[in-house]
Amino acid sequence: MRVSRRARSRVPLRARLRRDWPLLVMTAPAALVLLVFHYLPTIGNIIAFQDYSPFFGDSAPEAFLNSEWIGFGHFEALFKDPAFWDAVRNTLTITAFQLVFFFPLPIAMAILLNSVLSTKLRSFVQSVAYLPHFFSWVLVVTFFVQMLGGAGLLAQEMRQQGLQPWGIMTNPETFIVLVTAEGVWKDAGWGTIVFLAALSTIDPHLYEAAAADGAGRWRRMWHITLPGLRPVILLLLILRLGDALSVGFEQYILQRDAVGRQAAEVLDTFVYYQGILTQQWGFGAAAGIFKGMVGLILLLTANHLAHRLGEQGVYAKA
Amino acid sequence: MRPVWEEKPTPVGQAAKGTALTVIVLAVLFPIWSVLVTSLSSRETINDSGGMVFIPKGFDPSAYVTIFSGGQVTRAVGISILVSVVGTAFSLVLTVLAAYGLSRPGTVAHRPLLFLFLLTFLIYPGLVPSYLVVTELGLKDRLWALIVPTAVSVFNLVVIRAFFQGIPSELIDSARIDGAGEFRILWRIVLPLSKAVIAVVGLFYAVGYWNVFFNALLYINDNDKWPIQRVLQSFILAGQSPQVSGSTGNLPGVTPYPPTLAIKMAVVVVTVVPAVLVYPFVQRHFTKGVIIGAVKG
Repeated sequence: MRVSRRARSRVPLRARLRRDWPLLVMTAPAALVLLVFHYLPTIGNIIAFQDYSPFFGDSAPEAFLNSEWIGFGHFEALFKDPAFWDAVRNTLTITAFQLVFFFPLPIAMAILLNSVLSTKLRSFVQSVAYLPHFFSWVLVVTFFVQMLGGAGLLAQEMRQQGLQPWGIMTNPETFIVLVTAEGVWKDAGWGTIVFLAALSTIDPHLYEAAAADGAGRWRRMWHITLPGLRPVILLLLILRLGDALSVGFEQYILQRDAVGRQAAEVLDTFVYYQGILTQQWGFGAAAGIFKGMVGLILLLTANHLAHRLGEQGVYAKA
Repeated sequence: MRPVWEEKPTPVGQAAKGTALTVIVLAVLFPIWSVLVTSLSSRETINDSGGMVFIPKGFDPSAYVTIFSGGQVTRAVGISILVSVVGTAFSLVLTVLAAYGLSRPGTVAHRPLLFLFLLTFLIYPGLVPSYLVVTELGLKDRLWALIVPTAVSVFNLVVIRAFFQGIPSELIDSARIDGAGEFRILWRIVLPLSKAVIAVVGLFYAVGYWNVFFNALLYINDNDKWPIQRVLQSFILAGQSPQVSGSTGNLPGVTPYPPTLAIKMAVVVVTVVPAVLVYPFVQRHFTKGVIIGAVKG
């Protein structure tokens, strides 16, 4: 690295340009897509400080120039809006709930799969468990509706037994369990991949030595397996915490009408309904900025924590 | 093989393990099975069971005949295939080119460019301004709206870049000495060595495009241009009847046969099939291509 940098500085820029221009040309299209669809909207967030409306001009830039600056008005309205705080609370509750009831499942499943000796059986179960990851949320919710919904298989069997089916797909009180179950169905199997990879890097001699010293299977799991998984677990935990304000978009949009706003409104759906459907552009952008800023702070904090714990974190210390 | 030092499993432990594995497999396969069976069931079978069927009785493909004899589902499948094929090609070209362009530290503007790509992991642009940008570019009600905004996945780019960086530089240098330009090196030397990783990334892109729903909800109002996921959502979750099909009027299948539920489930099956088809391929290459690439990166 040091050598290449020194070598680089000796070559004049013009010669380097003559040498490297094809690489720049190759990078340009993708960079352009990111500039237009990622960074331009990021800058466009300044309409959160405006009384923006597309009708103030023939084009968005013109409308932007014609819109009045209103300072933090949208943020004030946002922070006074109880619906916004409902959405924040729902989002954080769902994140916390899933950290307890979803996050450990792939770890347990990976340990279970890793203990299956028959490679045939193991790879069969793995293949089956990964499959729903490739389904869209529309499909996942559809499967749940057809199995557990009011007109689904479970309800129809219960009715035939003379039982009263419960409305699990429409009950706001159990909604958090429902979305977690859907998440588990879709992604718990897929989530095992990274843990299985980590498990395969644990030196089997450690197990053998521990067994020779008289450690039973549970003690081996506690003292060898789990410490071996620690870096991966921490890394994923950090990523999840840094992403605490995102619980997924489509899953909630698809079910918000069936369950009601009170339980199913999360931050992302709030922005969609308040910002786009009702066309309160500045207000919606303000909510988006809130999400982006808090998310960034969370991620940096979580990563800092990881460094403090002596782990590598998401990115290396600069 | 069980290592010699490991204890013999207890019967209770074995039973618990077996139960857990069975539950996992059934939880995934049973709903898919039931949907498939229902889609192939006749009206009587569905009426007898009171709805969803899981014990097959007879074989009645009329639901599939109906949804593929023109109308909204047929069109939506076509649109989704088109979006998946064009989108995947578009995404792969952009991602592979940029991954190669960014694969050599020390080239002009390498650090700032790489930073530009990686920073997208930290910055969230927000839904409203993204919507306004896409609309302002005139992409509303155009299928490109489902492709261009999400065309470059920086994660996929990083994976491919890491793989490219693992290719011995002697190979590339010797080609350069022989007078090959960067495009030729990429095409003739780097790409043939990276087939597996590019196949996996391509399949991820393809699945992503096949599954596109939210962007269709945002940008495609014209239901003649809906992709399959949007159609599925409107039929099943929003409860619209599949027979009412866009602008082409009613389907031939408005007659009592086949039953609505079978048609709905046939749409579900059609939506599942591509995921299941590409899946074994992804699985085969996954550990080879992606995990290794990501770990090295």
